[in-house]
Amino acid sequence: MAKRIKVLVAKPGLDGHDRGARVVARALRDAGMEVIYTGIRQTPEQIVATAIQEDVDAVGLSCLSGAHNNLFPKVVALLKEKGAEDILVFGGGIIPDGDIAGLKKAGIKEIFRPGSSTDETIKFLTDHVNQ
Amino acid sequence: MTKIIEGLVKGNVRSLAKAITVVENDRPGKKELLKAVFPQTGNAYLIGITGPPGAGKSTLTDKLITLLRQQGKTVGVIAVDPSSPFSGGAILGDRIRMQQHALDEGVFIRSMATRSHLGGLAKATVDVIHLLDAAGKDVIIVETVGVGQDEVDIVKIAHTTVVVMVPGLGDAIQIAKAGVMEIADIFAVNKADREGADKLVNELRSMLDMATGDWKPDIFQTVAKNDQGIADLLAGIYQHREFVQNAGLDKEKFKSNVQRELCTYLMDGIVELAQACAGYESLVQAIYQKEMTPLEGAEKLFQEMGINNEWLMVGGDNAEKG
Amino acid sequence: MTCDEHKQAFQQRQQQWQELVDKACARFPERRENFATTSGIEMKRLFTPEDVAQVDYTEDIGFPGMYPFTRGVQPTMYRARFWTMRQYAGFGSAEETNKRYKYLLENGQTGLSVAFDLPTQIGYDSDHELAEGEVGKVGVAIDTLADMETLFDGISLDKVSTSMTINAPAAVLLAMYVAVAEKQGVAPEQLRGTIQNDVLKEYFARGTYIFPPSPSMKIITDIFAFCKDNLPSWNTISISGYHIREAGSTAVQEVAFTLADGLAYVDAAVKSGLDVDVFAKRLSFFFNVHNSFLEEVAKFRAARRLWARLMKERFGAKKPASMMLRFHTQTAGCSLTAQQPDNNVIRVTIQALAAVLGGTNSLHTNSRDEALCLPTEDSVRIALRTQQIIAYESGVADSVDPLAGSYLVESLTSQIEEQALAYIKKIDDLGGVVKAIEAGYIQNEIGDSAYAYQKAVEAQEQVIVGVNKFTIEETPPENLLTIKAEMELKQRQKLAQVKEQRDKEAVSKALSELKQVAEDGGNLMVPILAAVKQYASLGEVCGVLRQVFGEYQEQ
Repeated sequence: MAKRIKVLVAKPGLDGHDRGARVVARALRDAGMEVIYTGIRQTPEQIVATAIQEDVDAVGLSCLSGAHNNLFPKVVALLKEKGAEDILVFGGGIIPDGDIAGLKKAGIKEIFRPGSSTDETIKFLTDHVNQ
Repeated sequence: MTKIIEGLVKGNVRSLAKAITVVENDRPGKKELLKAVFPQTGNAYLIGITGPPGAGKSTLTDKLITLLRQQGKTVGVIAVDPSSPFSGGAILGDRIRMQQHALDEGVFIRSMATRSHLGGLAKATVDVIHLLDAAGKDVIIVETVGVGQDEVDIVKIAHTTVVVMVPGLGDAIQIAKAGVMEIADIFAVNKADREGADKLVNELRSMLDMATGDWKPDIFQTVAKNDQGIADLLAGIYQHREFVQNAGLDKEKFKSNVQRELCTYLMDGIVELAQACAGYESLVQAIYQKEMTPLEGAEKLFQEMGINNEWLMVGGDNAEKG
Repeated sequence: MTCDEHKQAFQQRQQQWQELVDKACARFPERRENFATTSGIEMKRLFTPEDVAQVDYTEDIGFPGMYPFTRGVQPTMYRARFWTMRQYAGFGSAEETNKRYKYLLENGQTGLSVAFDLPTQIGYDSDHELAEGEVGKVGVAIDTLADMETLFDGISLDKVSTSMTINAPAAVLLAMYVAVAEKQGVAPEQLRGTIQNDVLKEYFARGTYIFPPSPSMKIITDIFAFCKDNLPSWNTISISGYHIREAGSTAVQEVAFTLADGLAYVDAAVKSGLDVDVFAKRLSFFFNVHNSFLEEVAKFRAARRLWARLMKERFGAKKPASMMLRFHTQTAGCSLTAQQPDNNVIRVTIQALAAVLGGTNSLHTNSRDEALCLPTEDSVRIALRTQQIIAYESGVADSVDPLAGSYLVESLTSQIEEQALAYIKKIDDLGGVVKAIEAGYIQNEIGDSAYAYQKAVEAQEQVIVGVNKFTIEETPPENLLTIKAEMELKQRQKLAQVKEQRDKEAVSKALSELKQVAEDGGNLMVPILAAVKQYASLGEVCGVLRQVFGEYQEQ
């Protein structure tokens, strides 16, 4: 049987806008993936603990409040600290162009901005997981 | 694999999580892994939580975890949700209601999709239970969606099965028809602050009065979101545990569990073997063309595999014995 | 011609037209097989008097300022005064935001609208661990009365009306506003403005809830009661469809779920002993306005009519003011694109025009750069100018409800009302809004619509100019507004300083009194006002209430 891609979709911080996260979760399900959704208001610590217990292939972070520069890199750092740096981290939300380079440098593999299609996210995951 | 096994025994969370992935995905090393942990299994107490969608099972589980942790017990949770029949994917959302335990090292929660396996459980559930058990979890809670007898395999596995019901989802006759009365060791009437809760309890009670057997299921009213009735429910679970242990049912259950596992492997193996037989495809075609019955087809394949199966030979009349 | 002859002539012409259509379609097929609005209402090739045959002018449309208020809540609408031009603003510290307010007022804005940051909206102080990275980001950070004093420094609170987007901790921020006014020598009864105070939609659309539904409803009715006696000109709630739409609902769902929330608040207030004809006139609403121009105009008209009918029929409201749906509108944030951001100016113009033709009472127009970041001063000015051009140059405000009588608009108005009412009945059957939320019903309905929309966009059935069609290579825009990281640190220092200088004993006394009242079930506004006057922080006040009421758990 082909491996099923398992993804954690998480909302770090206090932002409650979960439309994007939920739409992405549905799209990944319809692409045959297993998606764990954490709900809103998660700390980076909670997200990392969940990612490890669920042994996911990737973690998708969604944030629209502007706190991404604090929260996204913290998730990557904590994963590394727990020896789980093999888990792929990607993000989405209202993220200015100027922040993208910094986030990628911090270990976020890809950033999906407003207007990007769910197909891009699906393709990104199928390309990068299973390697 | 050695690294995973070593970590698992040491209580490393990542190793346990990786081990679960190995058994869930039938990855290489599964046999070795299960062999290594098997001697350490059979210690955890298994609680099944089942009931219709929207009954509040996850919230109830969340509150039970809190209480069990207060009593110093470590907890493993397997939350099973159905896979989409269209894409094979799944959204596993039970965890949302348990995230307050995410940082508690005494709690391990794993979401599983059924992956088109019938009976309300994922195929690897029993193996995952073994792993959590070997990792030293005192109590393992398996949460599954299910309403009828055919949908709740959990009852065969769990030491105590809690059926969660809510007022307003159908009357007692329907409950009886669904076969729920036969599977529950304990009833939790959740959302008991809603209209119709007393009526549901009374109906359940009068049906239970007719029940025979050594254990008479108890009914508890809970409002999980407000933390009401959870302590009583857990006390009820403990009472049932005492009954189970006094009657030696836990040992019996373990035995029947491993036996069922054995049979599952046997069946899977035989089917695979049969499908590998040279004439398999043409045989299927022949059955499809009504040239022979499926029973005759099976008989033919058994012969081909060199298995002398008596009940098949006599036409399946003694199938019960098999 | 007799009536019958008229009808015959109509049918004859209709037949002829149909033949023309068939020929035309054979040569030039239509762009789509079916045309429909976002709510799935069929956009017919042509609307005719047949489509409004069931509509009774006097009963269903009527006259402005009169029941059922389809044409507007005032008899002369914008001929007397334009809608209030109110730009939602707030970011960083109270000082920075105060500067922005003064800029907007100098440029002709007629009301203030405060955006708070997320820690403030969820009742945490800036030094709480969950506030890390969020301080001052989506709005201004308010920890204590000291911040509120800075926020309105030099702005006379008897001269402006102020809208505050605050929900779970609305009582605390309102108390701070009253306290600032008092320091300025402005009496509570002179204060005009609105608090959002709509917690129900937070559970399924926006996420800034704190307490479970039942204590939340209690706090809301406490505010109603307090304002009735002390702030008679204050709008005690702004029942919001805006965020429901942003979460992905259709126009019909926006109307339905918003009015369903409204019914729950009225019901709670009536049950707490308030007279519907006393408090209902202070209810206000807040809607989104999206791109689908004609459907949006009809949406506002349908919402007004349906609310009036529900208030009259369900609650026996007698005064016209109790039945009037007065509303603020904001153009759709989710329609803004990060690609070719200047195109957003045109989107906002179309949306704003729909809101005005729908009879909005106040309006916020989004800035072109808001899909990228907080708006810059230049962008905010263009957004405000958009409203001013519609008001002063377009002429659409010179006659009341100018699109009334359009076959299409009246037909859509009736259909939206009908479908929204069907949703409200479904929610009634589930046991009301709170039960429907707990069952996940509303979340799922919105989630389905959001997903369907996304799929339509990806399949290019829904074109978004500059995103899935007419795209270009772009260089990233420059001069975006950013909140500097030092701001968070400074805010924490300020809080520590205030905590150091206040009368510590008075604070702890006020907080324990608040706890007592919360446990006893008394009106919370009085002890909250007493506590904030002593510079008790927002986090401290909400912390006490969290202890007593517990916190809501996402479903």
